[in-house]
Amino acid sequence: MSALIEVDNLVKHYQGVRAVDGISFTIARGTCFGLLGPNGAGKTTTVEMLEGIKEPTAGSIRYKGEPLGPQFRREAGIMFQSTALQEFITVRETLRMFSRLYDRSVPLQTLIDSCALHSFLDRDTRKLSGGQRQRLLLAIALVNDPDVVFLDEPTTGLDPQARRMLWELVRSIKARGKTVLLTTHYMEEAYELCDEIIIMDQGRIIAQGSPDDLLARHFHDVVLQLPRDDYAAAAVPLDLKALDCGDSVEILTSAVSDTVQQLLAAGVSLDRLRIRARTLDDLFLELTGKELRP
Amino acid sequence: MKRLLAVFIARNKEFLRDRAALGWNLLFPVFIVAGFAFAFSGEPAPLYKVGVTAEAPHDGFYTTPHVQFIVVDDVAAAITKVERHRLDLLVDPAGGRYWVNDESPRGQLLERLLLAGDGAALHKESVSGRIIRYVDWLIPGVLGMNIMFSALYGVGFVIVRYRKNGVLKRLKATPLSAIEFLAAQVASRLWLILAVTSVVFFGTHLFVGFAMYGTYLALFAAFAMGTVCMISMGLVIAARIASEELAEGLLNLISWPMMFLSGVWFSLEGTHPAVQQLAKIFPLTHMIEAARAVMIDGASLAAIAPQLGVLLAMTAVFLAIGARLFRWE
Repeated sequence: MSALIEVDNLVKHYQGVRAVDGISFTIARGTCFGLLGPNGAGKTTTVEMLEGIKEPTAGSIRYKGEPLGPQFRREAGIMFQSTALQEFITVRETLRMFSRLYDRSVPLQTLIDSCALHSFLDRDTRKLSGGQRQRLLLAIALVNDPDVVFLDEPTTGLDPQARRMLWELVRSIKARGKTVLLTTHYMEEAYELCDEIIIMDQGRIIAQGSPDDLLARHFHDVVLQLPRDDYAAAAVPLDLKALDCGDSVEILTSAVSDTVQQLLAAGVSLDRLRIRARTLDDLFLELTGKELRP
Repeated sequence: MKRLLAVFIARNKEFLRDRAALGWNLLFPVFIVAGFAFAFSGEPAPLYKVGVTAEAPHDGFYTTPHVQFIVVDDVAAAITKVERHRLDLLVDPAGGRYWVNDESPRGQLLERLLLAGDGAALHKESVSGRIIRYVDWLIPGVLGMNIMFSALYGVGFVIVRYRKNGVLKRLKATPLSAIEFLAAQVASRLWLILAVTSVVFFGTHLFVGFAMYGTYLALFAAFAMGTVCMISMGLVIAARIASEELAEGLLNLISWPMMFLSGVWFSLEGTHPAVQQLAKIFPLTHMIEAARAVMIDGASLAAIAPQLGVLLAMTAVFLAIGARLFRWE
């Protein structure tokens, strides 16, 4: 697959703060590329430089081999993290205005269908729910039938149902062969949607690869979860790698049979035992020593 | 052009549907005019004014108490003043003539005194015309002031708000150019202001019935040029600022002195010369001067050309600065 966007040694300084500190990566055509990290990691600064909104302090960004220019602006669709829309204008009128700003545009009906905007088409944009608003902003990002779509934390603040609906929309965008750049701080979201991810912390890339590769590369163990009281009832001291997680205890092990036998031998009840695979959240904790979400 | 039109239409809808702002734009000047029409509905000061073409002799008619005798140089202008009731009588002793407004009771009274004294030999020239009340004089000022507020805040404040809440950032990510965006804002505000001003003008005319001696073309030119000038001024304020509070402070700093020193409420004639010089830097002064000349004195388009020229020059400067300084973020 050929590269759509190439980023080389990108740097952005804000008054003494190195928000983005020399990062390089390539986004292949037709893939969904995830940019992950906690708040303040430099995700939004990075993505806004890629969108041509912010000027990099140093480094280069190439779109289809060229520096960002009018062609990029015509072919990119952008959904910002927070966008105010003009007030007193309905959803339909907002879409119409944006579609007139482009020479190439998708028929409005197609957008309305694909982003499920029927039920609130003639509503003032100030009176939309969080999920409706995000769907409208996504529709605006798609109005010019873009080759590349930027989605900056599209599901932050949405309820689980609205989030799943947006995921479906992103999958349908991917299915049409578009390239998607997604930032998120939900690891689950990245795992569901992205072909490749980079994890950022303090302006640097700390891990890169497909979600499954990253997990396989860093983890060979699984997590056994037990209620804290059950674990504490052990008759003899246990020699296990256990993490205290509030009401429960997480035991990390790559030899599940041995560990279970050890617990049974110590008289620990396994009635409420749960086993889960390692997630990107664990990976992030492992890499940075920080919780991804406070 | 398609892009410009798209933003133009959206901005129009936003303004027209914001009932509070629209209502304020329409009602504010009407309240002011109504208030002043009521407050100044009594008779003007009881002093008679007589114009004399040469230094008046200090005897006979020319010593009548409670009459102010004013030496006039420009006879034509003085005749207009008689027509407008701003002079009660005009006497030209050397030419053996006098002018009186047949519709002015004060003029009739002074004529009697003149003829009873030493003016019996003078030839009478009759003129006619309505009295110019304070409200006639005030209307162009209030319309001008309303235009100023609407232009400065409707453009300056709104663009700053767009910048602060991210509307500009969203538009920056499209092929829309800064010039297209700014032109759409100017065009939208211009026609909305002229429409609102027309409604206020004709609406007020219905119940106050103020003077309008000039042509509508000349008046339109004065208001349109003034509006464009003050919108351009708003663009300069809005070019970079991202804080609504700062924008509001700056707009107040500009609009309040203009409101009081541009001759909206009272004539600048007779004020300190420094104030009169200061007033010349305000576009509002020139717009009101032109509009007043058209409405009260019936000035033609050519006669207000100097004011239009000043406004045009100011507009060019403001636009150049505004477009050069403009940043989406």
